Amino acid sequence: MSEALRELGELIQASLPNDASGARIAHGELMIDARRESIVRVLTFLRDDSNCQFKLLVDVCGVDYPSRPERFEVVYNLLSLRLNQRVRVKVATGEETPVPSVTGVFSSAGWYEREAWDLYGIFFSDHPDLRRLLTDYGFEGHPLRKDFPLTGYVEVRYDDEQKRVVYEPVKLVQEFRSFDFLSPWEGMTLPGDEKAKG
Amino acid sequence: MAEVQIQNFTMNFGPQHPAAHGVLRLVVEMDGEVIERVDPHIGLLHRGTEKLIEYKTYLQAVPYFDRLDYVAPMNQEHAYALAVEKLLGLEAPRRAQFIRVLYAEISRILNHLLNVPAFAMDVGAMTPFLWAFEQREFLMEFYERVSGARLHAAYFRPGGVAFDMPAGLADDIYKWADQFPKMIDDMEALLNDNRIFKQRSVDIGVITAEQAMDWGLSGPMLRGSGVPWDLRKAQPYDVYDEMDFDIPIGKNGDCYDRYLLRILEMRESLKIIRQALDKMPSGPVKVDDRKIAPPPRAEMKRSMEALIHHFKLYTEGYHVPAGETYTAVEAPKGEFGVYLVSDGTNKPYRCKIRAPGFAFLQATDFMCKGHMLADLVAIVGSMDVVFGEIDR
Repeated sequence: MSEALRELGELIQASLPNDASGARIAHGELMIDARRESIVRVLTFLRDDSNCQFKLLVDVCGVDYPSRPERFEVVYNLLSLRLNQRVRVKVATGEETPVPSVTGVFSSAGWYEREAWDLYGIFFSDHPDLRRLLTDYGFEGHPLRKDFPLTGYVEVRYDDEQKRVVYEPVKLVQEFRSFDFLSPWEGMTLPGDEKAKG
Repeated sequence: MAEVQIQNFTMNFGPQHPAAHGVLRLVVEMDGEVIERVDPHIGLLHRGTEKLIEYKTYLQAVPYFDRLDYVAPMNQEHAYALAVEKLLGLEAPRRAQFIRVLYAEISRILNHLLNVPAFAMDVGAMTPFLWAFEQREFLMEFYERVSGARLHAAYFRPGGVAFDMPAGLADDIYKWADQFPKMIDDMEALLNDNRIFKQRSVDIGVITAEQAMDWGLSGPMLRGSGVPWDLRKAQPYDVYDEMDFDIPIGKNGDCYDRYLLRILEMRESLKIIRQALDKMPSGPVKVDDRKIAPPPRAEMKRSMEALIHHFKLYTEGYHVPAGETYTAVEAPKGEFGVYLVSDGTNKPYRCKIRAPGFAFLQATDFMCKGHMLADLVAIVGSMDVVFGEIDR
């Protein structure tokens, strides 16, 4: 299984030397990094090449790493029914840089990209219909970013006098409780620790 | 007479409509009675599950999965448990795997027992719904007996299952399995050759295999178009590779085929349930690792170490080594996947939930184009959408 995956990774890298790199296998799953500009080319190759035939785009999602220079990662999960294999293609992008849309390659990408735009603010160029998908009509911000608070900014309630639902800034009746059970000492070398190891 | 400019008519469907399967809102553009474009507006049930999971420990995240597809809760937990186990590098004990397979199949029947008659009701048949809900009640009783909850079980946990099956439960499942086929037969007798049912479903919402793949469909939606693909066979997890069962596939890819397919799948699930009960070994149901699974209650009364383990597990939780995985299971609706990114702490860094219904609903526009408005209801009914998992 992993042998076939390794060969597949090498094949993809050899066929797309400028566009795909860093094929690696972790937990029995193949991952490949792609250049942002050439994601359409990479996915088209993966779909059409007779040795790949990844005909199903199973999922597209964003991941936020605020500490990186390009904070977002767009992850494409593909499935090949013919080979019975999966491959994960990753693209790095920032807040300002658009990722080319792959709706032309896989129709299923449409909503997944809308979702990534909605939740992370990752912009997809050439997307036919890049509207918000999951959040409320008129919602502001991108809720799955790491710097978006869990409680959000607005809350709704029904106003009896105005006879309609009104939006108000969030008022918490008690402070937000974030239980941090991580030990601050874990993984830390205290002075004198080196003596114990030496 | 001057030519009259006819404009398309835009109509709102749902979110409060009996055929909307929850909170589906469709903005339908119509040319007379024919649908030109369907624009589903989703998110009315959005609860921010993925965001919440990032703030919970790995164990606390389990109940959120019940609330995704609340018609077949355990299949979702299954995907999550397998994903965490993959990152932790451990395997559930054999008995736990059998229990999981058993309950995954019970959930599959639970799901199809809702979907099939709900589809029938959408196109006008009331009786199967009542029959199916009687059977669903038996199955939810099995849920309750094993986990304490009828719906939101939180039963499959990373490292095994929460509790062992109580004595006598296996016999009762057997007894239930003996009488259940009668109900499927009755339902088939009502629907299979029913003129109205066939008029409403045959050749409606046809998808070819190519289109199904292009739109990322899975499960009965993909198999209905004649693609023999089932993750239980292709990429078996737990003990599915030891089970003997068949994968029914459709021929025409229309609503009627998908209905027949689900009926057959229930019969296959029944086969798996019997085998799982027959082959189930005795033994532990949780991994024997106190850093992952809690100690038994009795031990905590005597052992200081067990008490500490228990306390640490339910406050801090366990740490999962950094890494990422996409793990999918064949949920009743299709491929349910969890893309889990761990940064080595006790909380998931990112947990993307890939729900099969999301892809189905996206394809509504393409499937309904050129159909009549009444067919829209049949197509949505045959897709098997539940909004808990689509909106997350």
